[in-house]
Amino acid sequence: MAKLSKSAKIYLILVFAVLYAPIFYLIFYSFNSGGTMASFEGFTWEHYGAVFNDTRLLIILMNTVIIALLSSLFSTAIGVLGAIGIVFLRNRKTRNTVLSLNTILIVSPDVIIGASFLILFTLIGVKLGFASVLISHIAFSIPIVVIMVLPKLQEMSTSLIDAATDLGASKRDILTRVIIPYIKPGIFAGFFLALTYSLDDFAVTFFVTGNGFSTLSIEIYSMARAGITLTINALSALIFVVTLGLVLGYYFFNQRTGQSPGTGGAKL
Amino acid sequence: MKDNPSRPLYLVPYYLWIVLFVIAPIALVFYFSFLDLTGAFSLENYKNFFSSVYLRMTLSSFWYAFVITLITVIIAYPTAYWLTKTKHKQLWLLLIIIPSWINLLLKAYAFIGIFGLYGPANKLLQTLGTGPWQILFTDFSFIFVAVYIFIPFMVLPIFNSLDKINPALIDASRDLGASAFTTFRRVIFPLAINGVKSGIQAVFIPALSLFVITRLIAGNKVITLGTAIEQQFLVTQNWGMGSTIAVFLILFMIIIMMVTGQKEKGGSDNGKTK
Repeated sequence: MAKLSKSAKIYLILVFAVLYAPIFYLIFYSFNSGGTMASFEGFTWEHYGAVFNDTRLLIILMNTVIIALLSSLFSTAIGVLGAIGIVFLRNRKTRNTVLSLNTILIVSPDVIIGASFLILFTLIGVKLGFASVLISHIAFSIPIVVIMVLPKLQEMSTSLIDAATDLGASKRDILTRVIIPYIKPGIFAGFFLALTYSLDDFAVTFFVTGNGFSTLSIEIYSMARAGITLTINALSALIFVVTLGLVLGYYFFNQRTGQSPGTGGAKL
Repeated sequence: MKDNPSRPLYLVPYYLWIVLFVIAPIALVFYFSFLDLTGAFSLENYKNFFSSVYLRMTLSSFWYAFVITLITVIIAYPTAYWLTKTKHKQLWLLLIIIPSWINLLLKAYAFIGIFGLYGPANKLLQTLGTGPWQILFTDFSFIFVAVYIFIPFMVLPIFNSLDKINPALIDASRDLGASAFTTFRRVIFPLAINGVKSGIQAVFIPALSLFVITRLIAGNKVITLGTAIEQQFLVTQNWGMGSTIAVFLILFMIIIMMVTGQKEKGGSDNGKTK
């Protein structure tokens, strides 16, 4: 394999520098004792203190985590069952229809998902707030779980199930003892993706959140519109560290189970 | 799940989800697009959409999305190409992807500081001799931040399709006397075109519907279809008009998917992570 030329290396270094500059810029100024992101005056932890002393912010942080955990649990459960159902659909046409319906929420712009969910919730009378946000997050995570689980199911040989049936396993046994253990990596990947999608979501939540309930993204949005406060910097530094930990953890988990990484997927 | 195998009970939640959160919302958007402000049935929204205001907005939205996608491809293609040639390429790829996992709001917020009147971008310009500029709230800052945000989504599919190319094909092309450029044009590019197409899909549609960056970085000067929908739904409270714009956004989305769609044969599926 040809070695990278010097210009290629410089190009890649530039791209990496630009990609990470804003993130490190934020983190750097989170330690600034001055109040702005323009001049660094001195080192301080005070903005981190501000994050942990701000009860409102902590409640919002908790909301965000609870929504993420609950929504990924529910969407993983429903998505896994859905994927199993899809695999066992005999009719090719039905299966393709279900699959394309499944993809719609993945490719749709968030604005449309948000707006249409807002109409839906208002019409069926779901109060905007915790419930509507949770339901929306479950709804947009389900197709992702399905797509992460399907390949695992498809590579599973049907003779495994036949063997289990021949050995007298009930349907429940087949599901819990054969299928689920086999597709476990897919389930974990789906759960992980659902978790990060939920933590990351702004646009859909923005539409269905109403007044009084807020997640981190929503809060950062309103704080950023009001102007720069270094509390956001401290918060983003914390989020960056957590995200990095999650992604690297996931990467090494995947390495160990022998899958390729790069399962990000476009989502904005 | 002991009953009738043709209709397993465990599928109920999933099918319920499809009906409630896939089919119903789209149907509702179509339905609302025919309602005027009083809730009566009318074609007024569609008539309005074809008025000069909305047509101009649609055109400018497309223009921005086009420019953003083009610049993203130009930056991402060489990045992906050289990444495939590095050692530990999967790790480097992961490092390209990590910024895409950082909350969009935080990245936009960072750029408010960087492009601000006293931010590092202006400091750099000042040391270069040109005085402070209003960078924030301009087309430039909008396009820059959008490109920044989309780069990982373009690198990933292109990387995947470049990485799948059998190196023997490239060696063969060189052995047969093709120059590096010809090899690229006749061998590498056609084989990796599907990655570019998926990348365009993953960038163009979100670029049409951006509204966070337009609000935070472009200072309401740039209006994309996404901004307009958000405006109609949450500010003006005109759900009918918002739905009409959404209907057109869905239509554009379908058209773009068809244009960049891949034939289901051979080397497809090397794009968006599935």
